[in-house]
Amino acid sequence: MSPLLEANDLVRVYAGRKGLFGKAVPVRAVDGVSLRVNRGETLGIVGESGSGKSTLGRLLLGVDPAQGGTVQFDGQQLPEAGTQAWRALRARMQMVYQDPLAALDRRLTIATQIREPLDIHRVGTPEQREARVAELMRAVGLRPDQAGRYPHELSGGQRQRVVIARALATDPDLLVCDEPVSALDVSIQAQVVNLLRELQGDGRLSMVFISHDLKVVRNLCDRVAVMYLGRIVEEGPSEELFANPQHPYTQALISSVPEPGRALDSRVILQGEPPNPARRPSGCAFHPRCARATDICRGQVPDLIPVAPGQTAACHHVTGARATRAA
Amino acid sequence: MTFANPSETPTRRRGVLRAATSVPPAVGFGMLWLALMVLCALFANWVRPYDITQMDLSARLSPPGTPGHWLGTDELGRDVLSRLIQSVRVSLVIAFGATIISAVFGTTLGFLAAQFRGVVEHFVVMLADFQAALPFLIMSLAVLAFFGSSMWLLVCLMGFYGWERYARIARGLAISAGAQGYAAAVVQLGATPRRVYLHHILPNVASTLIVSMTLTFPEIILMESGLSFLGLGVQPPETSLGNMVGFGREYLTTAPWIMLGPAVVIMLTTLSISLVGDWLRDKLDPTIR
Repeated sequence: MSPLLEANDLVRVYAGRKGLFGKAVPVRAVDGVSLRVNRGETLGIVGESGSGKSTLGRLLLGVDPAQGGTVQFDGQQLPEAGTQAWRALRARMQMVYQDPLAALDRRLTIATQIREPLDIHRVGTPEQREARVAELMRAVGLRPDQAGRYPHELSGGQRQRVVIARALATDPDLLVCDEPVSALDVSIQAQVVNLLRELQGDGRLSMVFISHDLKVVRNLCDRVAVMYLGRIVEEGPSEELFANPQHPYTQALISSVPEPGRALDSRVILQGEPPNPARRPSGCAFHPRCARATDICRGQVPDLIPVAPGQTAACHHVTGARATRAA
Repeated sequence: MTFANPSETPTRRRGVLRAATSVPPAVGFGMLWLALMVLCALFANWVRPYDITQMDLSARLSPPGTPGHWLGTDELGRDVLSRLIQSVRVSLVIAFGATIISAVFGTTLGFLAAQFRGVVEHFVVMLADFQAALPFLIMSLAVLAFFGSSMWLLVCLMGFYGWERYARIARGLAISAGAQGYAAAVVQLGATPRRVYLHHILPNVASTLIVSMTLTFPEIILMESGLSFLGLGVQPPETSLGNMVGFGREYLTTAPWIMLGPAVVIMLTTLSISLVGDWLRDKLDPTIR
């Protein structure tokens, strides 16, 4: 079966500017990213802030135009943003936002807002829409008496449930979650993660889950792509990638998650400055912080090569043979 | 003011009830005054005791309190109360008409700028800067001097007063709503620009626009008064508040009631609008109910 979403060589460049009269510096927020999301699959995208995760999410939905590359949804080229065809497609691909309070209209009750996609896409009769709203609210764990509430009267977790219910109203095939739990308290994060897990349950919904929280990604995702400065440096099935990371950056990222029973000093601590997309190092963008960097890293951009079944990594020091031995 | 129990959830009905019972006295006064002014304007023809041009030369410059002329008469023996009532009507029509024109025009341009960005935005911002830099009174004088003064021209001209404020506010708020907030989320839901602007952005920025309207409204009354005072606004024998003040100035020392009446009406009306507008903005915002 063809993948639900397929992106090829996506490029997004922003014009950054230094100082008042400074020359515009092109910032390659997303630089040649290709990925696939199969039906019913959840793809995690992890990386530091500034690595282009959120931009990639917006490119995948067609909210932002890509300067290069293509996105195919269900075998069709994604229409241009703002066109009638693009708007109609919103019924099939939706987004969950980092800050639910900002994503909700504070002047409308939550029932009105959950109903809005149904009104926009003219789904069903008014009675059916009412019933659908009640069903969605039940599904995300909101009480019926909360229907008339305004967003500011709800807690952070409840607001995020409203955003999720609204995104699910038209029964989409794809949900892009852009850091859906990072603005929430840890105690509330678990509720939202559990809700997302339930949604995965019936296997019809595909998800792109953007996060910097590796624990959540590991918990939710079937496959994971690790981004560094606008490029995917490693991708693979969640279990294998976390158990056996190949790229030095992924290794550092994974070792940074504290685990009970493991000494803290075994962590790989990254040296050097955090990535700045405006000043992208030559060759492998990770080389200034990499312990294994050699001359070839400074000169040549590594390609993603298969290192294990289903797993790819972009590093000059990782070879297929080595990986097989390690695996 | 009673303290609401924070644990109880106010239903909408109770909110309305509380809003009706807890109007501050100043706002209550403002509402009453505005209602009186609107009634005056609507029923001017029935309310006023005399025709505005009816002269009573034997009772010229009678002071207030004279039986039959409770607010006195002017230099031609015309009843000040009758003229005041007619003035309220004319001035309110001009101020309401102009405020609505400038709000609609400015908000539309602001939203267009926010939606299309690029060249459209540059053009709108340039127009707004041009408008802000223009001495409006002098431009009005020029236009009225060339085309002659008529009620319609006056309303339209006043309608161009202050639109740049609405345009700037609407543009700024729409852009910030679209950049990361609810508007972007609704666009992503598949809404048409029309829906985004009319259903979401407009209600959200309405409170700010209403405040801006309550600022522009008195300014337009004053502007019209100024123009009439200079003799280019409302033309005699028709009368407006500014027109009355303008013609009354010659008798300021001998018969001050001719201009004090309209001056007090101008002041109270503008004050009432500011008070009510401010209160209304708070009431319209569900987050600070």
